[in-house]
Amino acid sequence: MAKQVTLTIDEKTVTVPAGTLVVDAAKMAGIDIPVFCYHPKMEPVGMCRMCLVEIGRPAIDRATGKPVLNEDGTPQVRFFPKLETACTNPVSEGMVVKTTTEKVQEGCKDILEFLLTSHPLDCPVCDKGGECPLQNLTLAHGPTGSRFLFDEKHHAAKHIPLGDLIYLDRERCIQCGRCIRFQSEIVGEPVLGFSERGRNTEIVTCTDPGFDSIFSGNTTDICPVGALTTANFRFGARPWELKSAASICGECPVGCNVTFNTRREVKSGGEIVIKRVMPRQNEQVNEIWICDKGRFAHHHAQDNARLGKPQVRKDGKLHSAPWKAALALAAEKLGAAKKDAVVLASGRLSNEDLFNLKQLADGLGGKALLYSGMGGGDLTTQFGVGQGTNFADMGAGTAILVVASDLYTQAPIWWLRVKQATDRGATLIVANPGETRLDKFATHVLHYAAGDETKTLAAQEITKAFAEAENAVVLFGSDGLDLNGSQSLAQSCADLLRKNGHVGKPNNGLIGVWKNANDQGARELGFRPVEKLAAALKGKTVYLVAADPADDEAKLADALKGADFVIVQEIVSTETAKMADVVLPAQAFTECEGTFTSGERRVQRFHPALPPHGESRPDHVITAQIAGQIGIDLEGGPAALVFERIAATVAGFDGLTYDKLAEVSEQWPIVGREDLYYGGTSYENTQGLGVQLAPAARRDA
Amino acid sequence: MLVELLRGLKTTFKMMLEKPVTIQYPEEKRPVRPRFRGRHELRRYDNGLEKCIGCALCAAACPANAIFVEASENTDEERYSPGERYASTYEINMLRCIYCGFCEDSCPTEAIVLGDQYELSFGDRYEAIYTKDRLLVPVTSGAELTPQRTKPGLYTRSVPEMKDPTD
Repeated sequence: MAKQVTLTIDEKTVTVPAGTLVVDAAKMAGIDIPVFCYHPKMEPVGMCRMCLVEIGRPAIDRATGKPVLNEDGTPQVRFFPKLETACTNPVSEGMVVKTTTEKVQEGCKDILEFLLTSHPLDCPVCDKGGECPLQNLTLAHGPTGSRFLFDEKHHAAKHIPLGDLIYLDRERCIQCGRCIRFQSEIVGEPVLGFSERGRNTEIVTCTDPGFDSIFSGNTTDICPVGALTTANFRFGARPWELKSAASICGECPVGCNVTFNTRREVKSGGEIVIKRVMPRQNEQVNEIWICDKGRFAHHHAQDNARLGKPQVRKDGKLHSAPWKAALALAAEKLGAAKKDAVVLASGRLSNEDLFNLKQLADGLGGKALLYSGMGGGDLTTQFGVGQGTNFADMGAGTAILVVASDLYTQAPIWWLRVKQATDRGATLIVANPGETRLDKFATHVLHYAAGDETKTLAAQEITKAFAEAENAVVLFGSDGLDLNGSQSLAQSCADLLRKNGHVGKPNNGLIGVWKNANDQGARELGFRPVEKLAAALKGKTVYLVAADPADDEAKLADALKGADFVIVQEIVSTETAKMADVVLPAQAFTECEGTFTSGERRVQRFHPALPPHGESRPDHVITAQIAGQIGIDLEGGPAALVFERIAATVAGFDGLTYDKLAEVSEQWPIVGREDLYYGGTSYENTQGLGVQLAPAARRDA
Repeated sequence: MLVELLRGLKTTFKMMLEKPVTIQYPEEKRPVRPRFRGRHELRRYDNGLEKCIGCALCAAACPANAIFVEASENTDEERYSPGERYASTYEINMLRCIYCGFCEDSCPTEAIVLGDQYELSFGDRYEAIYTKDRLLVPVTSGAELTPQRTKPGLYTRSVPEMKDPTD
């Protein structure tokens, strides 16, 4: 544990680790020092001067090296004659900080008056208005009027698209440089910069296409004014009009914690829709960031034609039917098929949905297949990362291997966290058929010809790094690989880890870079992909859930035509649904409750954000209702009750409950409370950090 | 007793000579007070552009939750109001409105004003929701209706220069 330092801030005695900055120490003690340019995730720069405070340090007698004492025996504290920045000064023993004196208040007021000399004050039309640090701090500390002449205001361009996703308003910018530092320090993609100087200083993008980074949306969160806003949410709603629901991002297996902001929309006929997606803090998963895929992709989900009513095929055409008839028909066919029943589901479903489907397949004696072309699921269950794994803890002494996967596009937040681990000294080896954006941070880059991936794992760089490393993690993907190829790659990765003892411990193990959010969960629950899917469907009674093989492959569409009976449970009208004999409308994950298991095997809850569409029902309920008619007892009630059954039956889930998943502990930095200026507009996590499953290798030990 | 009767009648006869306080409504209407709070209207600038910029501060200030605003972006080809933003949807539910005038107070552009109109009646609940086209005042003669095609760079500011708020 780092050395502790005791200091006094506003008469309050605070003990913090040495090296903590005064502004952070105050924050920990519940004292707010206003900031603009400082951000707890980045190095301080002391540019905005908003955090000026009075700092006094104990006087030391130069001759003796001992503290000078007052007459009453207390140490004499000498204050620096001028105000000092709280964001650049680390704490020291016996320090006295004053944040509320008249001098400090005067300082705050003057800085704000300067910042506002050229600020346009168009808060009524600004997307940041209502959650704007400059607005809040001006109300709290600012002057009531300006001594500057209105006519001398500096005018600049108000609407500059930095890229396709982010707009810049140069007039609102206060040149704090948070966006620039985020891109260069945290992401390692310095695509933004300052141009010109003095009053003409402006933010520019130095890439073509502009703002070429998948993390660009985060700059709008940390921008302390409305200078950077998203094109997606432009004039979408005022922040106070939005309702929020905690959820998990469904775009990739990272499992980023997000908050959906919803509101009624005229364009959607008065329906409640997701207006924007905001990050929710989980320091072990996504910290306070999300990628642009997660932030902006929600629009696509809403565009498609949703299924609102069950449909049954009659005379070669699909007709709307009541739930009762559709369920009875599905149950009759599945019940009759028995071992000829095939359940084909994808990792888009929640653990609860998949559990019920698996139970149904088992009850019938049929097969439960995962719609995925990537193998290695049994190995991630066995040798997955240990409980307590956190990329933020990885640094020197950790070896990370990324193989057959472009993390930047497939799991951007893992890319970010792996990159940050290399900043802390981790050894990174990237092995891919081609170049990826991770290469420039890698210690070793290995390019291999297709088919040579397992051979590449025997490379000296890898074996040496893994043998020497204290901790080691492998992220394997399936780029250019089929099911068998990825299975054998996973096997080699697992062997590599096992050989060097990197299994069953925190910050050690195997991570699959799957395609869907809950692919790992599906594998935990016993779903497995098969190589010859077309053959497995032919002549069977197929129950497809959240899978659209007909659209993906013509061969599979033919196979479905040759199936005995096709039941499709979907949220939108897919190609597969158009071929079905029975179509059952399901609720999207944004409309119901459930859990996802991330690639790091963290089970996390999501909550409903939107009302259900039409007559749609949650997947696990539909499955339970079908099963009930066949005589198989499944839980068709709330998802929490299904989860109880999972905990009782599935190895690794034992002891877990929804309450346990909803537990939160104090996280640093503190974000998303009243004081948005400190950490940005990322939401505070009050709904649970989730629980990481123990890998089977650990359980057996 | 007679005395009391006469005293009462005295008042009666006296009143007969005075002008009646009642008027023949609706044929005759009494002018409203300068600060009367009647049905809202959305004002325009002299050039026909809408004053409302869709900031939704009126909706935020409304204690009865009667106002719904949704904003969209102006372009020079299709301009509704000065600046970047305008109200593409503006609805007031007159059944909810309590005519407190907070919307008027909160408006940064003096777009929404409680007018003189107090004769409101509805056939059904939907009719009670006043949409933007019913709230907007007609353009003055010579001015153009919105959306207008305007010269680029002419209307970059949403909020007009602040005037003394006391007048």
